[in-house]
Amino acid sequence: MSTLKAIAVSITTLTIAPAAVAQAQQFGQPIAPADIAAWDISIGPDGAGLPPGRGTAIEGEAIYVAKCQACHGEKGISPSVALAGALAGGMGTLAPGKTPIKTVGSFWPYATTLFDYIRRAMPFQESKSLTADEVYAVSAYILNLNGIIGSNDVIDAQSLPKVKMPNRDGFIPFPRNPK
Amino acid sequence: MSRKTHPELGDPVAGNGILSRRIFLEGALVVGATSAGLSRGSAEQLTVQPWMKLPGPGFAGYGQPSPFESKVVKVFPPPPNPAGVGASRTPLHMLEGMITPSGLHFERSHSGVPEIDPDQHRLVIHGLVKRPLVFTVETLSRYPMQSRIAFIECGGNSLALNAPQAQPLNVAAIHGLVGCAEWTGVRLSTLLDEAGFEPEARWVIAEGADAAAMSRSIPLTKAMDDALVCLYQNGERVRPSNGYPVRLLLPGFEGNMNVKWLRRLKLTAGPAMTKDETSKYTILLKEEKAWQFVFPMEVKSVITRPSPGLVLKEPGFYEISGLAWSGNGSIRQVDVSADGGRSWAPAALQGPILPKAPVRFRAAWQWNGGPAVLQSRATDDTGMVQPTRAQFVDERGLRGVYHYNAIASWRIDEMGEASNVYA
Repeated sequence: MSTLKAIAVSITTLTIAPAAVAQAQQFGQPIAPADIAAWDISIGPDGAGLPPGRGTAIEGEAIYVAKCQACHGEKGISPSVALAGALAGGMGTLAPGKTPIKTVGSFWPYATTLFDYIRRAMPFQESKSLTADEVYAVSAYILNLNGIIGSNDVIDAQSLPKVKMPNRDGFIPFPRNPK
Repeated sequence: MSRKTHPELGDPVAGNGILSRRIFLEGALVVGATSAGLSRGSAEQLTVQPWMKLPGPGFAGYGQPSPFESKVVKVFPPPPNPAGVGASRTPLHMLEGMITPSGLHFERSHSGVPEIDPDQHRLVIHGLVKRPLVFTVETLSRYPMQSRIAFIECGGNSLALNAPQAQPLNVAAIHGLVGCAEWTGVRLSTLLDEAGFEPEARWVIAEGADAAAMSRSIPLTKAMDDALVCLYQNGERVRPSNGYPVRLLLPGFEGNMNVKWLRRLKLTAGPAMTKDETSKYTILLKEEKAWQFVFPMEVKSVITRPSPGLVLKEPGFYEISGLAWSGNGSIRQVDVSADGGRSWAPAALQGPILPKAPVRFRAAWQWNGGPAVLQSRATDDTGMVQPTRAQFVDERGLRGVYHYNAIASWRIDEMGEASNVYA
């Protein structure tokens, strides 16, 4: 009798315990990289994620005038929409005691951020509508407005990460982040 | 009256009429504070109002505030900026307690508030993971959930106090980019464990489903520590303006990193250097360098009452009430001053005192009708003390824009009106 009871207990243990342990929640569905591609728009500062395509400042100017200038102003200097911010100018204004004018040219540390941001968020009224060539061209135009590249320099997946931004070394870590 | 009186409690414990917090702790009131009311005759003859006699209206599917509270609204600038870009601010001076009503929680958006069909929403986890995964809102809802009360503060809150001259602004206009809710959702670590990250993964790029696809790089350590993928805000589904149907909560971290309308988490070896973590939300110091990746919102407090727009009608007893919070832990102490910081006394802290959540503090004040400068100074349980404005400026100058957390001052004039000053 006691043997039977012991067997019964051990069977119960065997059948219930593994089931309880194995019920870790697994509700995510596998997804193939190809199916993520349309959303995978992050560009690393090393250029990781940059798509094929190319553009120059000359090509970018027409796109800028048609799709960007209404908010960002002619040549990116005097935005008509305050939150748009100036895209060009402000060189030297980070110096101590000066009122900083933080633009792509004076402040942004990485040129790759231009491609990442323009593609995901601009033009404001129809984001994610520009082709890769158009994003490269507009990026080149803004870099050229700041005197960082020439008007015929080709900007593509290879050249964009190599653009040395004037304020590349302008950032230091915050000393009081949690460990 | 059976109320006990403690005459010794009526003696100020700090300059210009700050009384002991024991008044709250021991449930006693100061004799002088109540004498004005007691010395008068009958206040008024009570009348029977119409609503005391007639049945009121019936049920409503979703309750609304009284129409008499129509002035308690978020504040935001008028156009010309495109609608929904920028921020709307919580009217802190009209609220009490620690929780922000969901409809009054501040919002910051970069391309308006998207109207997301929850059935079509997806959250994808990919990059340096063993198993790229996609989740629907329904599958996220099947995980065990967790609630926590936490503040979210915009990195740009209180930036008006960087101005060289104090601006004539009220508490909402200056400090209204902070809110607190009970957030409920799934621990991000649960989802990342399921995806299984590669050993070289150090960062998580979080991205929203809004038209701006707002994105920020988050240290994997934070994601695995206390990050929450939130489905609920104060018991109901997260409001659209706060990220419906899914938002990220990174307790204590800069508001901008708590990505709303969360659609994607990509694990990477390094940060993406997105627009919002390079050109914005970096702190330009006095010299030419800027702090980057400034994560915690450091210890801070603000007096919400009295504050500009709330007039003290007559000399006498007033409660000084406000909020204190720290992105690094719990609030340990709040001191209050009525003489511009020359003398201080500890305020009463109202529980619960939770890490990375605001605490309501209260101090007793006998206003003598003369000029006063009210300040509050918070200390958290890491020992960090809210800096004076002078200490703050000495460390970083006034060009940093973001993460302003210095002691703020309200001047009370002889008319009982409060105004923003530097003191």
